[in-house]
Amino acid sequence: MKPIITSKDLVLYYDTFKALRGISMEIPEKQITAFIGPSGCGKSTFLKTLNRMNDLVPGVRVEGEVLFRDEDIFAPSVDVTTLRRKIGMVFQKPNPFPMSIYDNIAYGPRLHGTHSRAELNELVETSLKGAGLWDEVKDRLKKSALGLSGGQQQRLCIARALAVQPDVLLMDEPTSALDPASTMRIEELMATLREQYTVVIVTHNMQQATRISDKCAFFLLGEMIEFGDTEQVFSMPKDKRTEDYITGRFG
Amino acid sequence: MKIKTVTEKVMNTVFFACGIVAIACVVIITGYMLYAGLPAIFKIGPAKFLFGTEWASTAAEPKFGILPFILTSVYGTAGATLIGVPIGLLTAVFLSKVAPKKLANAVRPAVELLAGIPSVVYGLIGMMVLVPFVAKTFNLANGTSLFAAILVLAVMILPSIINVSETALNAVPPEYEEASLALGATKMETIFKVSIPAAKSGIAAGVVLGIGRAIGEAMAVMMVAGNVANMPELFTSVTFLTTAVSKEMSYSAGLQREALFSIALVLFCFIMLINFLLNALLKHKKGGR
Repeated sequence: MKPIITSKDLVLYYDTFKALRGISMEIPEKQITAFIGPSGCGKSTFLKTLNRMNDLVPGVRVEGEVLFRDEDIFAPSVDVTTLRRKIGMVFQKPNPFPMSIYDNIAYGPRLHGTHSRAELNELVETSLKGAGLWDEVKDRLKKSALGLSGGQQQRLCIARALAVQPDVLLMDEPTSALDPASTMRIEELMATLREQYTVVIVTHNMQQATRISDKCAFFLLGEMIEFGDTEQVFSMPKDKRTEDYITGRFG
Repeated sequence: MKIKTVTEKVMNTVFFACGIVAIACVVIITGYMLYAGLPAIFKIGPAKFLFGTEWASTAAEPKFGILPFILTSVYGTAGATLIGVPIGLLTAVFLSKVAPKKLANAVRPAVELLAGIPSVVYGLIGMMVLVPFVAKTFNLANGTSLFAAILVLAVMILPSIINVSETALNAVPPEYEEASLALGATKMETIFKVSIPAAKSGIAAGVVLGIGRAIGEAMAVMMVAGNVANMPELFTSVTFLTTAVSKEMSYSAGLQREALFSIALVLFCFIMLINFLLNALLKHKKGGR
């Protein structure tokens, strides 16, 4: 299958620190790809490079290329707002806006020019249903999103990301701030998301990676050590370092 | 051990006493304002005093109507707010979100300096530069006017609005802005649709603080407003509540003097009102999240 995102020899510096040391990989469409590795290995940095959220960090410099549907995302002609609309992001800490549930979801579509009440209503409903939150909040759409539980807030953030109809969803440790029950709901949700979206998830939780992902990449010290089918990476890792990490010898 | 506990007790008392001094000042001032300001209001008649449109304190048949002063203060403050808030808010946005760090660090002390300039200096510059400019631009015989006062006040309230708004904008969790950018918003969209709304109660506090400063300002206004007890119009000479008191105090006597205290009492009430509003806003901010 044709990959949706292709990274070629991607090198990234924070000022003089080389955080990514030449990452090449092909992320398949409509599958879940997980990035694992110890803290500081570059997996989050790589994830944030894919929709250029790293642009916000002062002193970041990038070499190499990342192709999204055959277009280099670092090309000067690329409109970063369009890119981010196509490649959405869910953060580690649930970060709903201090607005109503409805306005949170409608924020993105409004930005991109949808103002008709009927259209927005429909988008809010489908997005919330897509994130498995509709039944819990349909009676209080006008209430503040900050009144929701942590797990609900995270699903709201997923719904908000879905509302702009992205192709790819990047998730940066989306369950690390949540309790086990909420984590399970989000994992179930991701299984349904993969039918329509490409999902890339950074996780510290190796059980999570085995449960939900199709492909898995292991990062260490800014390098991608191993990338393959999740089953293979976890049952028969090719690299000794991968084996050491997944069997808990370090990290 | 024992000495320690004694010092503890002594220091406790000292802190308590210092706290009392501040509170006592407020209580005494409030008490004195009521004592000195209320009698004249009743001698003149509350309605006649508050809604009388003519102030002729030294005439053979004196009239003590302070509606011109009240309206001038209200209009003047409103005008200064109307001009000062957009400029102040956008400056705060610039300092907090847009300007490169180096530039922001250069502009910020300038804003703080603006707050430190004595009001008499504002008045002087207003008198020497602004008043002739207003006269020339609008073809007036005399440039001292409500308009000139509004411009001076607008500049004077900028520091409060800028400082407080910038603090509020800096306190907006960066996660909100990241979320907005990740949805494909531009930086400006993020600022206006996420950052400013999230900081709105802090910004409102800054605005109210500015209003308080504008309504209480006397010196600068006295030097540019012309100090005639006219009903306020944009290009006439006017008297504010503050300047009504200060310009006559030195030669006043009898009921006139008492009436000046009454004017001060009215001003005092305005300031109290604004303070309550400010406290309510800040409390709301704390309880909001």
